[in-house]
Amino acid sequence: MANAPAPQKTMTLGEGGLALTMGGLALLTIVIAAKAYTSEYAFHAYLFSAASIAAVFAIINRYYSRPAEKPPLFIDGKPNYNMGPVKFSTVAAMIWGIAGFTVGLIIALQLAFPALNLDLPWTSFGRMRPLHTSAVIFAFGGNVLIATSFYVVQRTSRARLAGDLAPWFVVLGYNFFILIAGTGYLLGITQGKEYAEPEWYSDLWLTIVWVTYLLVFLATLWRRTEPHIYVANWFYLAFIVTIAVLHLGNNAAVPVSIFSPKSYIVWSGVQDAMVQWWYGHNAVGFFLTAGFLAIMYYFIPKRADRPVYSYRLSIIHFWSLIFLYIWAGPHHLHYTALPDWAQTLGMTFSIMLWMPSWGGMINGIMTLSGAWDKLRTDPVLRMMVVSVAFYGMSTFEGPMMSVKIVNSLSHYTDWTIGHVHSGALGWVGYISFGAIYCLVPWLWNKPLYSLKLVNWHFWLSTIGIVFYITAMWVSGILQGLMWRAYTDLGFLEYSFVETVEAMHPFYIIRALGGLLFLSGALLMAWNLWKTVNTAESAAPAGLALAPAE
Amino acid sequence: MSFWQRHAIFEKNSIVLIIGILVVIAIGGLVEIVPLFYLKNTIEKVDGVRPYSPLELAGRNIYVREGCYLCHSQMIRPLRDEVERYGHYSLAVESMYDRPFQWGSKRTGPDLARVGGKYSDSWHRDHLRDPRSVVPGSVMPNYSFLENTDLDYQHIAADLKVQALLGVPYSPAMIENATKDVVTQATVDSADAADLAKRYPKVLARDFDGNPDRISEADALIAYLQLLGTQVDFKLYDDKANIR
Repeated sequence: MANAPAPQKTMTLGEGGLALTMGGLALLTIVIAAKAYTSEYAFHAYLFSAASIAAVFAIINRYYSRPAEKPPLFIDGKPNYNMGPVKFSTVAAMIWGIAGFTVGLIIALQLAFPALNLDLPWTSFGRMRPLHTSAVIFAFGGNVLIATSFYVVQRTSRARLAGDLAPWFVVLGYNFFILIAGTGYLLGITQGKEYAEPEWYSDLWLTIVWVTYLLVFLATLWRRTEPHIYVANWFYLAFIVTIAVLHLGNNAAVPVSIFSPKSYIVWSGVQDAMVQWWYGHNAVGFFLTAGFLAIMYYFIPKRADRPVYSYRLSIIHFWSLIFLYIWAGPHHLHYTALPDWAQTLGMTFSIMLWMPSWGGMINGIMTLSGAWDKLRTDPVLRMMVVSVAFYGMSTFEGPMMSVKIVNSLSHYTDWTIGHVHSGALGWVGYISFGAIYCLVPWLWNKPLYSLKLVNWHFWLSTIGIVFYITAMWVSGILQGLMWRAYTDLGFLEYSFVETVEAMHPFYIIRALGGLLFLSGALLMAWNLWKTVNTAESAAPAGLALAPAE
Repeated sequence: MSFWQRHAIFEKNSIVLIIGILVVIAIGGLVEIVPLFYLKNTIEKVDGVRPYSPLELAGRNIYVREGCYLCHSQMIRPLRDEVERYGHYSLAVESMYDRPFQWGSKRTGPDLARVGGKYSDSWHRDHLRDPRSVVPGSVMPNYSFLENTDLDYQHIAADLKVQALLGVPYSPAMIENATKDVVTQATVDSADAADLAKRYPKVLARDFDGNPDRISEADALIAYLQLLGTQVDFKLYDDKANIR
């Protein structure tokens, strides 16, 4: 009997290449650290080298412990899904979410009680605020998008995620970007463009990660065993591609030196303003909308066990949304030195955008046709449907605020902050929570620990959101009116600081709303922790839908 | 073949879908952005607007670093109350050397587009150290650390060089004298003051932070704040010049 030779284990090109590249990066960053202009930049360079060295060890370690053959694409005719990176991003989303909500609460309190700035550079509002926005948008939201997109593209294509190390490079590389960006803000490294604060080297790193993300996503689509690309994947693809374009356009900058964290943007003044809000508003449109609409198009039908309401509506929704959104940026620049025609275009398209937005909302909500009763028994589905309702509300409020005459009152006030948070907490937050409540039981194959806790989460955070947005409506409109109030003699009635003092009670109510929202998220984390750490396995279907009562 | 069936080409071919997405998203951005590089009122030149001096640029970089733009706008809108509260509405030319622009989108504090010359240096000093000592209702953080931190300006010439590369008219002499100009501008009655003023017309040269022993970050930031909105002389500005 001849011995069948054990298959020869060889290092793949990807493993060897990535290990070498990472080794090279480690050397380069050590040199940069040694010659850095500032100690903050040296710290970042050392972080890069530490992470690169860790990556080399991880790759080699993985090589020795893995079997010789590649994992099969199918096992017994069923796709052999790769859910490791999805699990990682799901957990990361939860952790970053709680961190981001906490920082939000802290800066809300700082505005009510300025002593909380602690007189330290790294805890002052101006550095903490980008930390909050980036943590919730890019760290929490970004990880939710990566996790769900990697899950949905595999499931709807009935194919294993493409790439061996690449998906891990995407999730780990993306979270490393978050780490560099976040620590940078606290250390004073920022390029000073809202929602695009990370400096040139973080941007460069993100570009590499993002291109890999696009390739993994595309290559998985190419493996699909279904002829059609599912609608959720159109939205994911539009999100990935457009964010890449926006990122490159808005972050075009020349570094002062490779040894300096500082760079200067190639655009200046009014051109920079237009490019910035072309980016900024479409970070909302493509990161916080298109990406999360993809979640809506997969998770709501799945959870409700109903098909998407209208297939044709989803086609119209998709193309009109991405076409119109890109024009809306100038509504951030009403009455500024941007030419009037551009402002008017921005306003016009913002108002038109109302239609596809509500088309999408109708498509999401009407998917529940015939399953409305589930809203009573399934708080996860309720969360997602309320999320779409919030989407409808803020996509009505947005076009209204883009009307120039309304904007002349609302701009520069808390009204904008309230509007953003009805979208961020209500729409993005709830659809993400809903997706994670679905994903964790599916991924770990365990039933959700407690639907009752989900119910508590839902009500706590809903009350929190209501506190938040009503406080900001009142404070925003109040301050806007106070700024333009005149006395009988024709003098401005209020000094600026009087309008600041008038905000105090509303800032406290807003912080209370934030506290409630954070408490809900903590309940969620506890619930998921218990879900993953119970011995009991779910039914083989993997879909744990226990009735609430 | 119906319209809906034709759409299948996007649904069955990921590359076609990507091309479709790219075409659709390119239109709006191109229409809104490209003309801004050619239209007269976005690229007008007005007398008095000059590039930042090295000290002012360093101050501006501190303004950016501390995220001041998150609470202070630098854009006065042509509305009656704003013009009365802050001064003449802002012109595009006034931010032509701003990389990045700092127009801001929230006024937790007042607009700063024309704060230059409104308050004394010592007011700014007190206000940065402890805002509530001069404005009791303020919610601004204390920035006392600025006056206790030496300004790092040893590489400021490299900053000017990069800006020159991007088209800012910094001459070789300006780049060469950059570090010296920082010291000159932060010193009272420096021998080189005339030289500095030749390179940067109407530059304010004095000890901004009230401490002659060191050049602090407060020196740079106050020098920047005192410049804001003072460059265009509106008695001479012809607001009809660019109307077509």
